[in-house]
Amino acid sequence: MAATVRIPSPLRKLTDGVAEVSVEAGDLRAVVRQLEAAHPGLGERLLDEEGNLRRFVNVFVRDEDVRFLAGLETAVADGEVVSIIPAVAGG
Amino acid sequence: MPAVTARSAPTSKDQPNPVPNLTGLACRECGETEPVGLSHVCSFCFGPLEVVYDTEAIAARISRERIEAGPPSLWRYADMLPTISDDLAHRVDLGAGWQPLRHAPRLGERLGLPDLWIKDDTRNPSGSFKDRVVAVALTAARGLGLTTVACASTGNLANAVAAAAANTGLTAYVFIPDDLEIGKVVASAVYGAKVIAVKGNYDDVNRLCAEVADARGWGFVNINLRTFYAEGSKTIGFEIAEQLGWQLPDHVVAPVASGAMMVKIDKAFRELVSYGLVEDHPVRVSGAQADGCNPVATAFAEGSLDIRPQRPDTIAKSLAIGNPADGYYALKVAKRTGGVVTSVSDDEIRAGMCLLAETEGVFAETAGGVTVANLVRMARDEVASPDERIVAVISGNGFKTVDALVDHVGPTHHVTPALDDFLGRLDD
Repeated sequence: MAATVRIPSPLRKLTDGVAEVSVEAGDLRAVVRQLEAAHPGLGERLLDEEGNLRRFVNVFVRDEDVRFLAGLETAVADGEVVSIIPAVAGG
Repeated sequence: MPAVTARSAPTSKDQPNPVPNLTGLACRECGETEPVGLSHVCSFCFGPLEVVYDTEAIAARISRERIEAGPPSLWRYADMLPTISDDLAHRVDLGAGWQPLRHAPRLGERLGLPDLWIKDDTRNPSGSFKDRVVAVALTAARGLGLTTVACASTGNLANAVAAAAANTGLTAYVFIPDDLEIGKVVASAVYGAKVIAVKGNYDDVNRLCAEVADARGWGFVNINLRTFYAEGSKTIGFEIAEQLGWQLPDHVVAPVASGAMMVKIDKAFRELVSYGLVEDHPVRVSGAQADGCNPVATAFAEGSLDIRPQRPDTIAKSLAIGNPADGYYALKVAKRTGGVVTSVSDDEIRAGMCLLAETEGVFAETAGGVTVANLVRMARDEVASPDERIVAVISGNGFKTVDALVDHVGPTHHVTPALDDFLGRLDD
């Protein structure tokens, strides 16, 4: 049973409209690599040139913001859900 | 005898038709443009989209006189607010905005700030400045043909959306953390909105709403309508300038939740200058937070532009946003204008609420206490100067957060209904 990545609508044009992508368990950086391999262009939307999470991208694993966990080293296990949310809402 | 008509509610009927004034939306970060629509996020870098105004057309018709002839509400500034539809019937107007700017001599004397003013937004239709941004967002929603609106809220926004939706016949879903003050919960549900109480904090609610917005296509005022919504806060700045006689103050102190208010007040002043409506004048814009949720103040103190999210724990629930969307931009505004962003304890917040009420007769919610308490500190630390004309933005009514003071203020005397008893205790 793989892990699932929920793709927000602004990024679905890169996944041919697919809203959920299956990936193998691993750390978040490995998950992003798998997303890029399956859907070229997705990686650079999420990571900047230094390989860090872009300022306006929030990623949640187990409903927790990964910035509270281990950032891109956060482990994603089988059956878990990774949500990618634009960081611009609020207040 | 002819009947005397009661003063009618201030509305913008009998005003000229609105003039659409947007050329599109543009990313604040990378500049990518998109057409006007229900879109808040750059499809390239996820940066925030901002409205792009047809500034030449606006400049050709705007003037002080045109604004002064406008309605006694935020809609007097319609030319500088995002206008999608030319149909006046789409305008949502409960009379938000055009709230008092009061000189505060007694509070000023206590703080050693003789030229202190209070922008009193406690009297907006649903009791907070959110009525401004909601009027703009729901008008845009009507212009886009939406029939269901929604929001993620720490309370005030829910109240404002519920009220405005009821007034205009839109369906509303308001999402709140389930531990919100009971006054705010009732003051959303009473309007018939669907109130969704979420087991989590505001940031959890916000994330859920971002996903619901994607899934359902509802107009979330502070998510997919945010581009239009946030512009409504500029009217606080516009009014301050107009009410000071078309002059800019020296310093504005605003509460910081998402950080948008600071950013939009600064933007308002710059727009007024660019349209020739006021003389250019440097205005420091400062932000006020609570110690229990101070991601922006923390970054400011560290000289950093990177916000680290927090888990909020403060009585100032309306400011309890641990991951503020506009925090980065608020920091840039503080830095650029010579303002500061600081924070205070919950005890100082309560003291601030009481101080404002006792000196000026204005009862503000906890966010107002946050602003006043930070101003107290700024005055004490000489960060705010007696030479400055300072405006403190008081964003919401004290009735919203009575819980915060329930164990701290109360009867001064308990007496029996016997005159002697009262007179005897009076001198205690």
